[in-house]
Amino acid sequence: MSDRDHQREDDRTPGSHQASVLVQVATYTLGLVLALGLTAISFWAVRTHMLWGPGVPIGLCVLAIAQMGIHLVFFLHITSGPDNTNNLLALAFGVLIVFLVVAGSLWIMSNLNANMMPMPAMMSPQAQP
Amino acid sequence: MLGKLNWSAIPFGEPIPLVTGCVVVLVLAAVLGLITLKGWWPYLWREWITSVDHKRIGVMYCMLALVMLLRGFSDAIMMRSHLAIAAGTSQGYLPPGHYDQIFSAHGTIMIFFTAMPFVVGLMNFVVPLQLGVRDVAFPTLNSVSFWLTASGVLLTNMSLVIGEFARTGWLAYPPLSELRFSPGVGVDYYLWSLQIAGVGTLLSGINLVTTILKMRAPGMTYTRMPMFCWTALASNLLIVAAFPILTATLAMLTLDRYLGFHFFTNDGGGNAMMYINLIWAWGHPEVYILVLPVFGVFSEVISTFSGKALFGYRSMVLATMCICVLSFLVWLHHFFTMGAGADVNGFFGVMTMIIAVPTGVKIFNWLFTMYGGRVRFEVPMLWSVGFMVTFVIGGMTGVLLAVPPADFMLHNSLFLVAHFHNVIIGGVLFGAFAGYTYWFPKAFGFKLHDGLGRAAFWCWLTGFYIAFMPLYALGLMGATRRMQHYDDMNWQPLMIAAFVGALIILAGIGCQALQLVVSIRQRDRNRDLSGDPWDGRSLEWSTTSPPPPFNFAVLPDVQGEEAYWGVKQSAIEDQRLADEPEYEPIEMPRNTATGFVTAFFATVTGFALIWHIWWLVILGLVGAYAVFVIFAWREEEEYVIPADKVAAIDRERRRSREQLLAARRPA
Repeated sequence: MSDRDHQREDDRTPGSHQASVLVQVATYTLGLVLALGLTAISFWAVRTHMLWGPGVPIGLCVLAIAQMGIHLVFFLHITSGPDNTNNLLALAFGVLIVFLVVAGSLWIMSNLNANMMPMPAMMSPQAQP
Repeated sequence: MLGKLNWSAIPFGEPIPLVTGCVVVLVLAAVLGLITLKGWWPYLWREWITSVDHKRIGVMYCMLALVMLLRGFSDAIMMRSHLAIAAGTSQGYLPPGHYDQIFSAHGTIMIFFTAMPFVVGLMNFVVPLQLGVRDVAFPTLNSVSFWLTASGVLLTNMSLVIGEFARTGWLAYPPLSELRFSPGVGVDYYLWSLQIAGVGTLLSGINLVTTILKMRAPGMTYTRMPMFCWTALASNLLIVAAFPILTATLAMLTLDRYLGFHFFTNDGGGNAMMYINLIWAWGHPEVYILVLPVFGVFSEVISTFSGKALFGYRSMVLATMCICVLSFLVWLHHFFTMGAGADVNGFFGVMTMIIAVPTGVKIFNWLFTMYGGRVRFEVPMLWSVGFMVTFVIGGMTGVLLAVPPADFMLHNSLFLVAHFHNVIIGGVLFGAFAGYTYWFPKAFGFKLHDGLGRAAFWCWLTGFYIAFMPLYALGLMGATRRMQHYDDMNWQPLMIAAFVGALIILAGIGCQALQLVVSIRQRDRNRDLSGDPWDGRSLEWSTTSPPPPFNFAVLPDVQGEEAYWGVKQSAIEDQRLADEPEYEPIEMPRNTATGFVTAFFATVTGFALIWHIWWLVILGLVGAYAVFVIFAWREEEEYVIPADKVAAIDRERRRSREQLLAARRPA
């Protein structure tokens, strides 16, 4: 415990255990408000006509990534602190694998779609027994 | 009331499953009857079923794997004997529908319920001992994992007597596995048993990753960990990363079948190719989940029996971690022929060839470990040498298959079947047997019978070559996998040869069964009193055989690589042990029935879901949740072993150690 107590202030994660209950509640509330806010903005962005249409999907991606960041910092307590190396490495490994699988699947599937029969032909009654 | 379940689910019309089912039920009843008659239930319940001891759970995993090996092998020998006769005008003795179930069950059982429990069992047993700690990070979760795996096994085997198993092959590709083309309960049995067992595997993966990252003995830095712990870490990281993909993919297929979704159907915008893509994004890492731990076993065995430290420890670690990441970059090679363009196929082909490089590094490291060593050809070493020769052949046919144009010729042929049996039998299974023989004395306090072990090895090795080399040739002649009948009479001699090989493997399995019986009967002759029967190098050999519940009276203080070897050498030189430490009381986790009861409710839920008995589903889920609540609110989590009892046990160990020292006096 001793080296955790001596942790530098900026290494602390919001709501981690050495903080008082009041501070914990406050940071969780802040996290919740931020998360809800980001969710609300993304719903607003889809429904409004004030924004440039093609930009909306990119904006949603940015909001989604920000949302993940909020969750990781406020609820899962991921920091760059010294006792957090394993968590950070695990996160990096997870992100790498998710990236490989998602990007790989998109690449493979788009390539397959480009090379294979068009969908209407596959959906025709003759193709089904 | 009972959903789809009625008397027609019992295969009264089909003699083979009916008779097999009756025999299995009779044997089971006899075993349970014997346990009841002898009054062994309280002992079993107290010491095994509710145990949270990682050693007991590891042993149970391995026993489960051995039993399922028999089940999977009986499927194998049925297929081989059928194909030996089903040529030309003869139709063989297995009707096509039944044959389809057999090869599906064979693949599913051998991968999920033989290979997986075997390697998970070895890791469970060995990793905490090698790290010098008292248990895994979450002992109760460990018990839950094991029993969930057992629940999946039970559901799969129930399909033998009640209903049917999938006829879709071991990965249940849609659209064949969709409701439209497989309306029976077979695919549902497949889905729910794998989902339940998969949750168990995922939990066990999380448990072991946490154990290795957070629970090492003082001084056990990452670069001092034995090789087996490194490969276990890589394998469990892969479990944590890959098994969610399997769960999600199977869940989507389940939604298709149960709620009319269209993820993988032909109509409604579904895409069956996405299933194949996703299942292999799990499936290829799965191959390395199985084979990495046995690479660790071979590293331990070869180093011990060569009397040398492992050659190139750091390169081995690096190779292991490279494989860990690269294994997520090759999955398309399982479906080169599905229609991707040359760029995609080329990329994944090259990645597949690249992943052979770290594996080759390992082979050379093992060879150089043996080079200049004083090699003792004990049974685990025989398995290891047999592995090296066999695995190199399997690896080279793998690199051949990684060339997309060649794969277009060989895809789904018996050449492919020969290739993956070559790496799974020659790699995973030989490694599991090496580990089984190597750590058996540690688990039970006596060695396995030597002569029968050698006989089993030679039967397996020759049997393997006679059974699978003909399949390479048959594949090149155009024979496809999963075929129930063939017209080309030129294939028959090779098919018969393969059947003879399977019979020799059967003899090997017979030797292993006999070996177990004989070893137990002659246990007093093969006792391991020293706790270090093979002149080992890592920490598991520093405690007694079998180890006490707390493994180490005092957590070892690790001073360098090969923690135990260094201590042992200096003790032999000085002819005295380290000074007696101060013993303190030890807290150990209490036994709990949580795992067993959770798995009971999981089985009930799974069975009810398969047969659409909805009230029973609700009952099962409520039961499982209640178990969780009761567990979460329990009061006494640990019991204390008093210091004098610890001291008494450890002084006994020190006495046997002193005898060991005297026996190994330096010349």
